[in-house]
Amino acid sequence: MAGATPAWWSALRRDRKAAAGAALLGAFVVLGLVGPWLVASPDALVGIPLQPPSWSHWLGTTGQGQDVLAQTVAGTRVSLLVGFGVGATVVLLGALLGVTAAYFGGWVDGLLSLLFNVFLVLPGLPLAIVIAAYLPAGPGTVAFVLVVTGWAWNARVLRAEALSLRQRDFVAAAVVSGEGPGRIITRELLPNLTSLLVAQFIGSTVYAIGAQVGLEFLGLGDVSAATWGTNLYWATNDSALLTGAWWTFVPTGVCLALVGSSLVMLNAAFDELANPRLRADRAWRAWLLGHGLAPTRSTPVVDRG
Amino acid sequence: MRRLLGRLGFYALACWAALTLNFFLPRLMPGDPATALFARFRGRLSPEAMGALRQAFGLTDASLPAQYLTYLAHVARGDLGLSVAYYPSPVSQVIAGGLGWTLLLAGTAVLVSFTLGSLLGIAAAWWRGGWVDTLLPPLLALLGAFPYFWLAMVLLYLLGFRLGLFPLGHAYGDDLTPAWSLAFLADVGRHAALPLASLVLSTVGGWMLGMRNAMITVLGSDQVALARAKGLSPARVALGYAARTALLPGVTGFGMAFGFVVGGSLLTEVVFSYPGQGYLLVQAVRNQDYPLMQGIFLVITLAVLGANWLVDLATAWLDPRTRGAR
Repeated sequence: MAGATPAWWSALRRDRKAAAGAALLGAFVVLGLVGPWLVASPDALVGIPLQPPSWSHWLGTTGQGQDVLAQTVAGTRVSLLVGFGVGATVVLLGALLGVTAAYFGGWVDGLLSLLFNVFLVLPGLPLAIVIAAYLPAGPGTVAFVLVVTGWAWNARVLRAEALSLRQRDFVAAAVVSGEGPGRIITRELLPNLTSLLVAQFIGSTVYAIGAQVGLEFLGLGDVSAATWGTNLYWATNDSALLTGAWWTFVPTGVCLALVGSSLVMLNAAFDELANPRLRADRAWRAWLLGHGLAPTRSTPVVDRG
Repeated sequence: MRRLLGRLGFYALACWAALTLNFFLPRLMPGDPATALFARFRGRLSPEAMGALRQAFGLTDASLPAQYLTYLAHVARGDLGLSVAYYPSPVSQVIAGGLGWTLLLAGTAVLVSFTLGSLLGIAAAWWRGGWVDTLLPPLLALLGAFPYFWLAMVLLYLLGFRLGLFPLGHAYGDDLTPAWSLAFLADVGRHAALPLASLVLSTVGGWMLGMRNAMITVLGSDQVALARAKGLSPARVALGYAARTALLPGVTGFGMAFGFVVGGSLLTEVVFSYPGQGYLLVQAVRNQDYPLMQGIFLVITLAVLGANWLVDLATAWLDPRTRGAR
């Protein structure tokens, strides 16, 4: 990544899907940054409860008489912050443990692998709910619980990948030249896993945002703060579903889906960057289509002249 | 065989880890759930109930290791203490009442989603570039981007509240008593339809994509080329040769998917007030019913571990390579 134009930047510019994903995500990040200043306080009681969207309240009011638009916009900040924070922490933790296991092998690997296999097989959401129930409710608790239940998958994937890297000559050369394990892990192994780490960061963020909303929906977050999850919590608590107040839960869901798909779109592009086979397949199909040929399962006989 | 036994040992270990977590969580956390409960129920709980609560938490004056052993012995006997919210019912009895509903919902959801997704994946790979292949993946990916329980809310609102086609909650109508009659089963089906649909809608895309990609790899293999060259019918090549091989990675993911769907169904149950483990778990959390909460976590873990083990058996049966002792 030392070149003038990093590979991911040119990939982003080439790939329309990735560009759309990046633009969408960027819009939400900006909304999270400046949004709370653009709208009135989300907690203010501004009107009659459960009013449908109108000119004065673009997305209507909640069961408490708060402005839904203000709540949705204000919720963006906390939800994204927790999502990205947890995503990054989970990947770092997974990388540290997974790569350590792969590097040392032997009983270290056995013990660590056992640990993350056990964590993988324990059902995540119920465990998260049980832990969160004991801690004081709030975004910190939610983030902590998501890290505890979310790191194992990353560790396992990174261990497998690092295990194959470990066999390569350049690592053997570093070992022979007397480099310490800490240096080899951080300077030789991790840089070669960058694309995988980026993909995992995006994937973990998607997981974190979804799981966070789930926990908050159950009332395990700070129910007095405006976040996407607590918005949905209040929507069901005020029986929005049984009074037909669709505007109290639809905006939040749409925001969640948009952020989720923007991250998935970005991930697809990074995947192609990390996986040359996908890139070749795409280029080949594009070439075929460009020459008026239908890509089929069988390899077509093409005159390349 | 040795492999399967090894896996069994692993599940035993995971089970022990869950038990230990259950034991130490209340002790590691700030505050003391038992004290909180005492405060909440002061004057309303009989001394025996207090004793039972203390027992459930293992919060006796004995040393920590002794408490731990007592706790394990109680769990081994199926004694999970008394529920606070459903006092004086034992936790095991409360859980037994909800377990069937969750297994019905989550089990059916995984089966339907897996079968439907795999069939769609086969179709998408076989007619690559056809309408199944171009239209469905983005649509299902979009649906998958919404949280499980949010889709459930929308389905409940549109089909249940607006159109009145389905009941708005619970597992069966208030006017019916559970019986193995056709009318009752039909009612259960009607009540399960929406939660089931929301779970299937949000998970089917993943199965389809996985199966499609596996199929495309297998379709390019020599084995399939040979089957074609033999002049076998396309249906036989697609289903008997390609799909069977491509199914393997999917089956391996099945056990894990069960865990995810149990997790997802928890929230879906809350939306539909469906009386399964998820609904009970949330009630337990809201009522600070710690014994019930822990019991539910334990039972869900056992169910997920059991499902994983069954999947191990199925993989061994499907894939001759894993059958030999390695």
